[in-house]
Amino acid sequence: MVKRVVTGAHYGLRDWLAQRVTAVVMVVFVIFLAAMLLISPPHDDASWKTMFSSRWMRIASFLFLVSLFWHAWVGMRNILMDYVHATGIRLTLQILIILSLVIYTVWSVEILWAMEMQWR
Amino acid sequence: MRFSIYRFDPDKDAKPYMQDYDIVLEPADKMLLDALVRIKSVDDSLSLRRSCREGVCGSDGMNINGRNGLACITPVAGLKEPVELRPLPGLPVIRDLIVDMTQFFNQYHSIKPYLINNDPPPETERLQSPEERAELDGLYECILCACCSTACPSFWWNPDKFVGPAGLLQAYRFLADSRDQATAERLDNLEDPYRLFRCHSIMNCVDVCPKGLNPTSAIGKIKDMMVKRTV
Repeated sequence: MVKRVVTGAHYGLRDWLAQRVTAVVMVVFVIFLAAMLLISPPHDDASWKTMFSSRWMRIASFLFLVSLFWHAWVGMRNILMDYVHATGIRLTLQILIILSLVIYTVWSVEILWAMEMQWR
Repeated sequence: MRFSIYRFDPDKDAKPYMQDYDIVLEPADKMLLDALVRIKSVDDSLSLRRSCREGVCGSDGMNINGRNGLACITPVAGLKEPVELRPLPGLPVIRDLIVDMTQFFNQYHSIKPYLINNDPPPETERLQSPEERAELDGLYECILCACCSTACPSFWWNPDKFVGPAGLLQAYRFLADSRDQATAERLDNLEDPYRLFRCHSIMNCVDVCPKGLNPTSAIGKIKDMMVKRTV
């Protein structure tokens, strides 16, 4: 195996763009949620559940969480590219991160839509 | 005036060390480089690069009290004592304040820092409108002193793969040139998670540039061009 520096993967723009788009989605959601909490603060467990029981709220929360995980993936890979220089270790860590983010996504669907079964 | 200067001679020293100097400056010694020349007249073993002594050649880039800059255009008056001088960070030290710039120039060469135009040369010159020429302002002034790239953590971690702020500023200088015809190839060359996208826009480069240039903005414009051709 030659010890030559290899670059030229011809990707990167999409991730950079996704990082920005997901950041905007998260900011919009957080502002929106903060406004809702200020206008009508939920006072007990039942009112919290009512707040998250509407379909659009669940979709918005899901969009937020997917943005968060996608954003985390781009950021975590950036950190690994900066600091972890052994390709094998970097690949292993990247796979572990992808797997956990996929699990988090499934888990968040479960949390957001499981309430429906309990409450409707 | 008191100085504490990084010393390392690989032939003699096992490890680098800091050497203190206490020297009396003459009234004409206005800039840090004048002081260094004064120190060198006392201790000629101190090694440093310098040439034009007026901020045009980019030879005497060094780390001055923790901040990269050119010794020849840094006034001694405002410096906190003892003035701590170290070689530019992140590059291999050859001796004292002299660093090996090979990696820096390899990255510079990798962006093809010359005009690419396949048309037959016209009889006089390739004309530009004043507006087209103005696009190059803030780009062509770079003197390749390496103050920016060696202030960039992304360049410290991946100097072999990340082009660095100086190289990317020059890459945009040719992307912005109306006479250049290799825009697509240049963008292809940079579309890489390491070569371009190691830049996280922390703007250390802008902070230290002795010529007051803005590599971060140039890098942003390269990304803009990529977005335009992709989206």
